[in-house]
Amino acid sequence: MHEVSIMDQTLDIALNEATRQGASQIHRLTVRVGTLSGVVPDALRFAFDVVAKDTIAEQAKFEIETVTARCYCQNCNQDFYPEDIIFVCPHCGTLSSQVLNGKELELSSLEVS
Amino acid sequence: MCQDCGCSVTPANIRMTSENQSHHDHSHGHSHEHPHHNHSHQQIHLHQAILSKNDRLAERNRGFFAAKNLFVLNILSSPGSGKTALLERTLMELSDRLPAAVIVGDLETDNDAQRLRRSGQQAIQIMTESLCHLEAEAIAQATQKLDLTDIQLLIIENVGNLVCPAAYDLGETQRVVLLSTTEGEDKPLKYPTVFKSADVVILNKIDIAEVVGFDRDRALENIRNIAPQATILEVSARTGEGMEQWYAYLQHQVQPQPELAVH
Repeated sequence: MHEVSIMDQTLDIALNEATRQGASQIHRLTVRVGTLSGVVPDALRFAFDVVAKDTIAEQAKFEIETVTARCYCQNCNQDFYPEDIIFVCPHCGTLSSQVLNGKELELSSLEVS
Repeated sequence: MCQDCGCSVTPANIRMTSENQSHHDHSHGHSHEHPHHNHSHQQIHLHQAILSKNDRLAERNRGFFAAKNLFVLNILSSPGSGKTALLERTLMELSDRLPAAVIVGDLETDNDAQRLRRSGQQAIQIMTESLCHLEAEAIAQATQKLDLTDIQLLIIENVGNLVCPAAYDLGETQRVVLLSTTEGEDKPLKYPTVFKSADVVILNKIDIAEVVGFDRDRALENIRNIAPQATILEVSARTGEGMEQWYAYLQHQVQPQPELAVH
């Protein structure tokens, strides 16, 4: 369960940024999590409640935007959205290991006051 | 401009109402009882990678390894797949051909490092305590404790875990995922993220595949489907079967470098 450690780092970035902007309250945190990031959204939500306690983000709304996997097919020279965990091009049937989206794990925005 | 009502504020019409609050006089006559809903909420767009700190340190490690002409492997697997047994044998049999050192991560105990040191090679233990994976910073620190003179291959044995270590770049040259025949053929389907990040997938304990009813063809098909980019090797770290292929792979990767090193 590395979500707590990931949430720790997320909150570090958020609190630093909020302080830098002179904010005293974080109202909303939005993160983008790719389906191939290895992070489980529910575990991340749980971790947020634990980690944000007694900070200026304690009351914040925690939002997760899921980023679905998108691959590139070298054979067809175009991208595609795989239907499951086997990344097979729907046009030609070639297996792809070139991932364009889905590995994202980022703090995308904050709402502060 | 006044944030509350949007009117223009000039130094002349500002007056301090308290120590922390400033307000200003108006010549026009609207009420100053503004609805205090989200007026002062501010959106900050960051788009910052959460693991950016680790990623930066991993890049620093990568630069350091490149400068030292080190080929670095990050080995990941479930607990009990035979990472340490594989490394034990590799260090014993390969050391005269390819000088190597190991950094090994475990939650507790330095048993694995002790085991690996019996080969006569250097092995440093990182005890992560509660942490379920290794991070780039710990690798940087452990590397400082190794004598890297003449070492060509550095192997990092990650904490036994198929989920968390996948997210952390350590600055390795290649990533190896180990799967053993006792774990079942569908492991690659259950843990696609880690297999998709592998340069090499090693199938270990092939000597007992039949006894445990392991369906080799199905396992290989699963690995190829999930990780088409990976080189697949089948070995038994216990009997030595297939190990020469693994050594040949490593020797091929660790090309002898021209004498560029600055002393």
